[in-house]
Amino acid sequence: MDAFISHTGTVAPLRRSAVDTDQIIPAEYLKRITRTGFEDGLFVAWRTNEPDFVLNKPEYADASILVAGPDFGTGSSREHAVWALLDGGFRVVISSRFADIFKNNSTKAGLLTVVLPQTEVEALWAAAEADPTTQVTVDLQSKEISYGDGAGGQTTVPFDADDYTRWRLLEGLDDVGLTERHLDDIRSFESGRPAWLPKALPALPAR
Amino acid sequence: MPKTLAEKVYEAHVVRSTPGEPDLLYIDLHLVHEVTSPQAFDGLRAAGRTVRRPDLTMATEDHNVPTLDILKPIADPVSRAQVDALRANAAEFGIRLAPMGDRDQGIVHVIGPQLGLTQPGMTIVCGDSHTSTHGAFGALAFGIGTSEVEHVLATQTLPQYRPKQMSVTVDGELAPGVSAKDIILAVIAQIGTNGAAGHVIEYRGSAIEALSMEARMTICNMSIEAGAKAGLIAPDQKTFDFLHGRPHAPQGADWDAAVEYWSTLRTDEGAVFDSEVVLDASTLTPFVTWGTNPGQGLPLSERVPDPATIADEGERRAAEQALAYMGLAPGTPLAEIEVDTVFLGSCTNGRIEDLRVAADLLRGKRVDPNTRMLVVPGSVGVKMQAEAEGLDKVFVEAGAEWRGAGCSMCLGMNPDQLKPGERSASTSNRNFQGRQGKGGRTHLVSPSVAAATAITGRLTAPAALIGA
Repeated sequence: MDAFISHTGTVAPLRRSAVDTDQIIPAEYLKRITRTGFEDGLFVAWRTNEPDFVLNKPEYADASILVAGPDFGTGSSREHAVWALLDGGFRVVISSRFADIFKNNSTKAGLLTVVLPQTEVEALWAAAEADPTTQVTVDLQSKEISYGDGAGGQTTVPFDADDYTRWRLLEGLDDVGLTERHLDDIRSFESGRPAWLPKALPALPAR
Repeated sequence: MPKTLAEKVYEAHVVRSTPGEPDLLYIDLHLVHEVTSPQAFDGLRAAGRTVRRPDLTMATEDHNVPTLDILKPIADPVSRAQVDALRANAAEFGIRLAPMGDRDQGIVHVIGPQLGLTQPGMTIVCGDSHTSTHGAFGALAFGIGTSEVEHVLATQTLPQYRPKQMSVTVDGELAPGVSAKDIILAVIAQIGTNGAAGHVIEYRGSAIEALSMEARMTICNMSIEAGAKAGLIAPDQKTFDFLHGRPHAPQGADWDAAVEYWSTLRTDEGAVFDSEVVLDASTLTPFVTWGTNPGQGLPLSERVPDPATIADEGERRAAEQALAYMGLAPGTPLAEIEVDTVFLGSCTNGRIEDLRVAADLLRGKRVDPNTRMLVVPGSVGVKMQAEAEGLDKVFVEAGAEWRGAGCSMCLGMNPDQLKPGERSASTSNRNFQGRQGKGGRTHLVSPSVAAATAITGRLTAPAALIGA
């Protein structure tokens, strides 16, 4: 995956809570067997049916930081939701709370998810609504978000990122390669597994 | 130190633990379906990797499969290509596949338990959020994304952080016509659609112990709808009885050894949960969702809520958006909402017991002429069992459609979809906008509410039909 070190871009303020994975990308787009090209499915129902939807507004069309209400990414395990956001030009999603699987998937594909208190989410919404060209920098090295307050001042907000995930993202490391360093541990564990644990092969008839 | 059930299962699978890094967890069973696996197999091929343990991997076709004309090639070329990709990948990497037409085919979370591959104390993953279903057997089972599918295929492990522990205790006796689905919808309404984020839920208490294995699967299945990583229930004699004699269950001395181990899989006295939720089963009545996430639910005897009375601004806006999408006015009695379609099926409620409950209500009755009822068994095995019991005839004579096995209208990746504006009562798990078809409106219900609703054409509690 691509490394994530620091990103500067503009914000799309998505004032909705519990944005589920079926809204991020509906199931019909999941029939594809590729890993890219999902931008056409990103929020497609809202883009189609709601003229006022934030991504339909020209001033937010080039946003690369999505700032959403609480509980972003609930529902399905589809990593396609992360791929669609990346394909749609987003590198960062900010919310006060994420669904676990979405958050986990994002760390595997190089999309940064940042948890901020709802008050900071509101402040970012206000800044992006007051001036859609507001440049926001999300720096994973320093674990800080910074943006101009419009009056010449600078707002800086710290965020948490666990050291291991941060290291993987900064280096753009693939988990499989990291785990393969521990094949001896895996073999040793396997030698101690009880023999009665089920195996899918061969197929057995009903008794 | 006293431990919870989930902690015991987790700790028994730690391959490697180092401070500052996630634990490496061994995976006992990896279930695979056509939607979330093709990119993972591509990743293996690109890196020249193999599947480490094909013998701990089982694939089936469920999401895309049509429920009519199942012996013909799939008409939708994109769906067909995805199913073909799974067949090619299973053949190339030596994985067992139960394809359409096979007697072991079905929804991945229905066939695992049916085959006896799902057993207590195991770690089970699948590229599907409803993997939590298998927790009903006391397994630690959770959904993963495609990158993790690739990781498990390659290494049979996953890097994991220790989850927090939540207990949901349900004591008391359920009233007739009230079921596991009503329990879990009430739990989700109480804690919210992501209220259990970061936690594994253990369901406990006398009402949970009294449930059948099928009903326990319904409860654990929807753990993800409360945002939980997994949901599980301590195994007991019912669990052992369910498994005994199934194709992949242990036999002879192995069975005895397994039962001895399984019997230790209980939360220790004094174990500490990070959070606790308590529910009284005797106060529950049939539950139904009114909104567009599974936490937006109420007893069927109530009215559509008025967003103006919701204090929290975010929740109020969410309720307004939900009602606008659902085409519902505040104050409308839920029992007056008319539906176009009733869907009985899915990994939540597509098992034999669910079909029996619905058939009992429909026997000798007719589906409302303005309502369509789709009955989709969760697996070929469930379908065959239902036909052996004559349930298919009950459904057909009542005017319902008896279909082939698969995920079907739960998410409409096959032709079974709602049309824009259509409204369903559905025994599935998600009422998200457009989930069952673009513009479709979903009310989540139990199998008995589904059957009662099919008869009247509006959301109906089964008790309302008694004596009718």
